[in-house]
Amino acid sequence: MFQPEFELLNREQIEELQLERLQKTVRYAYENVRAYKEKLDSVKIKPQDIKSLDDIKKLPFTTKEDFRQNYPYGMFALNVKQLARIHASSGTTGKSTIVGYTKKDLDTWSDLVARLAACAGVGSEDIVHIAFGYGLFTGGFGLHYGLEKLGATVIPVSSGNTKRQIQLIMDLKPTVLVSTPSYALHIAESLKKEGINQNDISLKIGLFGAEPWSEQARKKLQESLPVKAYDNYGLSEVMGPGVSAECIYQNGMHVFEDHFYTEIVDPETLLPVKDGEYGELVITTLTKEALPVIRYRTKDITKLDKSKCACGRYMARMSKPIGRSDDMMIIRGVNVFPTQIEEALFNIEGVGNAYQIVLEREEALDKATLFVEVNENIFFDEMKQQRLMLEKIKHELKTILGIELEVKLVEPYSLERSVGKAQRVIDKRGIYK
Amino acid sequence: MNYKIAQISVFIENKKGRFYNVTKILKENNINIRALNLADTNDFGILRFCVDKPEEAYEALKKEHFIVKKNEILAALMDDRPGGLMDLLEIVNEADLNIEYVYTFVNAKDSHAVILFKFENIDEAYEKLKNKIHFLDQQYFIQN
Repeated sequence: MFQPEFELLNREQIEELQLERLQKTVRYAYENVRAYKEKLDSVKIKPQDIKSLDDIKKLPFTTKEDFRQNYPYGMFALNVKQLARIHASSGTTGKSTIVGYTKKDLDTWSDLVARLAACAGVGSEDIVHIAFGYGLFTGGFGLHYGLEKLGATVIPVSSGNTKRQIQLIMDLKPTVLVSTPSYALHIAESLKKEGINQNDISLKIGLFGAEPWSEQARKKLQESLPVKAYDNYGLSEVMGPGVSAECIYQNGMHVFEDHFYTEIVDPETLLPVKDGEYGELVITTLTKEALPVIRYRTKDITKLDKSKCACGRYMARMSKPIGRSDDMMIIRGVNVFPTQIEEALFNIEGVGNAYQIVLEREEALDKATLFVEVNENIFFDEMKQQRLMLEKIKHELKTILGIELEVKLVEPYSLERSVGKAQRVIDKRGIYK
Repeated sequence: MNYKIAQISVFIENKKGRFYNVTKILKENNINIRALNLADTNDFGILRFCVDKPEEAYEALKKEHFIVKKNEILAALMDDRPGGLMDLLEIVNEADLNIEYVYTFVNAKDSHAVILFKFENIDEAYEKLKNKIHFLDQQYFIQN
């Protein structure tokens, strides 16, 4: 355990600390972020009206739309010059959601990632192979600095080039693998193809995140690699990885409640669900300086268990998310919204808006194919020009989404439409099952 | 003489029965295909053809929601003998013209071999070649 002085607080102590920090956060956000002042003013609530944790229900929600409207820095409580780092995640349109951290925020984040890893049994003697992308994505740098703080030996391999990943795993003998669960499965299959025996693989622990995965996927991961596979959760808007993580009992992810206040609401009514029921996870940050976030709607559907865990922690355990309350897709760890695809297509004259994206798994990796109904504007008699048009569409998608999609042209009226409404996403991956 | 031959191009998905459907629509409209070419990829194909009634073919396919385009190509007569095509291409080569694609057919009724050219610039191609190559007109595709 990395910070037992916090991680072992009992419910009463947790809630006492939460209230104190919530009051401080609401006041801080009200005074320093115009968007929050306007939000609170609109419901005639002042920071001093927050007298109990329950009073949080009086505050308006925050969504990705708020980040979009206040792009890039409007949600920040401090001037960007006072910050230490910027990260970003996908926005619902072409513009990313920009997030920022002060030195202290980065310090807290590293603490929480260190907790996340220690929770799964990782320690200072471990050698960690990080196969998350390094860049604006919070996964790479987030895990990197947290694991350094824990004292582990970090190998910042980054993502891609599976052949090299395998060589480094075999040569440098890491004991911990950090990646998306789908990429870990792909690595496992590649190791098998190379004829490598599981007994010759040094890995013992897998810290898998950045995309939802099922218990079935855990079984498969633990069968195909000599690891115990641990889930962790986080999102850039509230921090990044390190919001919650599984302990060795693998029975829900402990929310680090001294830094985050969580609620579960009905995504339709936005009212709280009964204790222990499934609903949308809503997170309020309790210690963030650069970017305090109040009642952020994660759109992830999960439930909370506040009973004491066998590991000794009282910190609430959230179950693996079982779905989303919006249409966001997570493709190879990257968040993608249908509206982004629409924007990319809109940028190319004549393409139109008849499309469908099909998500599949191929050798454990996500395969995304975008089917676009052809029309006179994008149909050419010459193959050369037809290919150029396809390349143009692919390029625009890559620019806006940050990932590559297969693009296929199909005949008009050939895409499925359910009750007149176009079905934009067909997900055959079964990631939540 | 109208040397520009009307060609119809249709987008077809590589799916069972799509090609057949095109021919079925043409038959139902009593349209005769004189020459045909299919350029295909893994996913889709571009079907190009010349018919006796191009306007009707275009409208009929459009009505059935096919993505159709009309374009113009040149049709040259060549000798149906070894080297016939080579002689013709030599003339085209010397004229330094860019060819997008070609396809050929042999007319069973008059035993002539015909080669269809899609040039990048049809007018330029015609001007450069008209004195050296025997081009056919649209009439040839209607009567024969």
